[in-house]
Amino acid sequence: MSELSMPRSWNRESKPHRFCPGCGHGLVLKALGEALDQLQLSRRTVFACDIGCSLLAWDFFDVDSLQTHHGRTIPVMVGLKRAQPEQVAVAYTGDGGGYAIGLQHLISAAVRDDAITVILVNNTTYAMTGGQMAPTTLLGQKTETTPFGRDREETGLPFKGPEALAALASPEAYIARGTVSKIKPLTKLLVKALQRQLEGHFSFVEALSTCPTNWRTNARETWGFLEQVMSSYYPVGEFPAGAGAREEAQLTS
Amino acid sequence: MKEAVEGEKRAFMSGNEVVAWAALAAGADFMYGYPITPQNEIMHYWRRLAPEYGRGFLQTEDELSAGFATIGGILSGKVAFSATAGPGTVLFQEPLSMAEMMRIPLVVVIQQRGGPSTATVIYSQQEVTLACFGGNGEGLRLVYSTSSHQELYDYTIKAFHRAWRYRFPTLVLGDGYQAKMHEALTLYNPQERGWGKVPAEPILGLDRKGSVRHLRNTFSVEEELAETLRRSLADYRKAAEELVEYEFLGEWGGELLVVAHGIVGRAARAAVRGLRAEGRRVNFFRPITLRPFPGQAFQEALRASGGALLVVESAQGQLGRIIKEALAEEESGSFQTLYRPGVGITAEEIMEAVPL
Amino acid sequence: MRSWKIVVAGEGGQGVQALAQTLALAAYHGGLESLYIPNFGIEQRGGVSLAMVQLSAAPIGAPKFQIADLIVALSPRSYRRCFQHLGPETMVLYDSSLMEPPRVEDQVVGLQAYDTIAPEAFAERVGRHPRREESPPPGRRLIAIPASDLARKHLHPRVFNMIVLGAIGAITGMVELELIKEALAKKLDRRFAKDPDLKENNFKALELGWEKGTQAAKEAAVGAEV
Repeated sequence: MSELSMPRSWNRESKPHRFCPGCGHGLVLKALGEALDQLQLSRRTVFACDIGCSLLAWDFFDVDSLQTHHGRTIPVMVGLKRAQPEQVAVAYTGDGGGYAIGLQHLISAAVRDDAITVILVNNTTYAMTGGQMAPTTLLGQKTETTPFGRDREETGLPFKGPEALAALASPEAYIARGTVSKIKPLTKLLVKALQRQLEGHFSFVEALSTCPTNWRTNARETWGFLEQVMSSYYPVGEFPAGAGAREEAQLTS
Repeated sequence: MKEAVEGEKRAFMSGNEVVAWAALAAGADFMYGYPITPQNEIMHYWRRLAPEYGRGFLQTEDELSAGFATIGGILSGKVAFSATAGPGTVLFQEPLSMAEMMRIPLVVVIQQRGGPSTATVIYSQQEVTLACFGGNGEGLRLVYSTSSHQELYDYTIKAFHRAWRYRFPTLVLGDGYQAKMHEALTLYNPQERGWGKVPAEPILGLDRKGSVRHLRNTFSVEEELAETLRRSLADYRKAAEELVEYEFLGEWGGELLVVAHGIVGRAARAAVRGLRAEGRRVNFFRPITLRPFPGQAFQEALRASGGALLVVESAQGQLGRIIKEALAEEESGSFQTLYRPGVGITAEEIMEAVPL
Repeated sequence: MRSWKIVVAGEGGQGVQALAQTLALAAYHGGLESLYIPNFGIEQRGGVSLAMVQLSAAPIGAPKFQIADLIVALSPRSYRRCFQHLGPETMVLYDSSLMEPPRVEDQVVGLQAYDTIAPEAFAERVGRHPRREESPPPGRRLIAIPASDLARKHLHPRVFNMIVLGAIGAITGMVELELIKEALAKKLDRRFAKDPDLKENNFKALELGWEKGTQAAKEAAVGAEV
């Protein structure tokens, strides 16, 4: 990547970045960098990354950042935003942090309509720990803990985050899924998500991403899995929120 | 910000209410909390009082979130705190560990209940080990154990100041009795007692001076961690000299030293007074900071008492273990250590450490 | 007496905690050292309700105690919870319209921390009672006040606990009646403002209790009903 193509919000000193070759994280972070540039938000933003591969982004941006774990990026950003509403708060997490160990935080922030932006990278595996099954691992997909392929009988169906959140979140929330194979649309989704935060609401973007290291795929297979297999189970697009919360539930007494 | 307490006033209230007033008086901006008995009324009082004084509150989805959201509030430069108990204290080890690593002034009030697990909602002193040494680290925390409503008020206020000055997570260790009992105390405005404002400032984000900051929690190699820990440990050791607090009752020539902390300290003090009235030469020592432990003062008190010791606590030796470590230090001739937190140890290093 | 250790025991809903808290508050307003602690459990409603109050001229030690100077019993099963707090000198005040004269156990081995949530059988087991007596041994003072009947007859059934509170005040002799009234008024200021009759009834109940308690303290006769 040339110096010129780097988003201004990136921290040049930490480049080249630490992700594996072919990893989608760099692309998601590029889209985020461009979204921050476009909205001129880098001076107002705090970026929090989680444990797992997302933690390698701890000094990725030229913005105040911190590292935490177990999906706790979300409550840290919720707490920060509540105490400092002028701040733009971005919680960056993987599918393990967001959909398994920290799911309660994700759902609760969406239900409370906390004005933060959560970006969740879905690469269908726990990558940094060595490629175990994630909530998003597809049926039949081989991982270290599903060596014969994920079996529905044993572990149920893969977790569809945006679909689940859309049903639960506050109607004002913004919920979308993009993919690193279509970086411009992904950037657009992130811009919209950040804008929704600026309007005082919760926003969430899941980014379908790649992990050739743990998938043990070459470049062509990697891209094929992302574009054909993952995208067919995980449709990209926007998910209107609040399907389950539209009825006014105000108790009148 | 509107002052919560002006001048001095006597009051008669529950310990949980005392904590809420102390946090207000100290100038705390925000509380993040999750229900668990017996600390609930801290949240209840805070939530009712907060709007009047322009302070904030959020009830989170669990204790993990309460702890981490408090950290988030603190990072923005606000004086924030939480309160918990029992199984909640177990979950709080995760945010407390992070605060320890990143030197975040996280303040948590703990009202101990029975353990292990959910046990009772009533009372115990079984959260001493968790408060002092919980988490996957070295226990670089400040832990105040209070024994009266006055102390609960004084040390809750002090906790905010000390946490922000020394940047170690700070715990006020109460218990279910202190939480629920009603007794009298004097509420005061800490500024009128020379406390000044809590020295809070943004750690991340808006209104912070200086270049971009990347706060790290994970390290690639052992040596990076060792260096970070070395600095924190050195800071902690230095701070310990200024932070330790205790109560001693007695004098040289004693026959026994009774040691207790927190609410049990009241019973122990009364017992010692009673025995002394009967002519027994019994001394009394109460550590107020359980961590750092006032080891030197304890050793002097023990020497003044002829070396005989009675440790009293509502737990199976949690204070006792701390005392034993302090005793081992006393007998350091036979208690040597080779401590290398977070890094490997080779046979050569051990051979070098063995005294000639 | 320079200090009093008091256990108040009754059924949930009898106002045991409010009674104990008001007593402690009144003593505090009277310049005494005072400490009230509820014996609380996990239930939100129902069951036995216990409270401990200490009044003293000197600083108070531990919030709970083993042997009480006064046990106030408002129901038979709550009284059974108090065995562990009985000593040879313990005085027992009970509502004789709600219960028979309580049995008094000697050599009760008490445990400080057992509590309202303990099931009855368990509470009986921990408060060991080697011998039961129908008639109280000499030296023990039993004071019977038919608070519920008095309340029903002269005032309102709900204020029976204020009769008990007035009696405690008179028997312990550490807190003036006026201070108890003030403490109660402070606690219930909004409800009193809304309903002046309520205030009137409560104050009358306190006065009636005080009168009965004063008589009882004078007579100090074992088992005397006043």
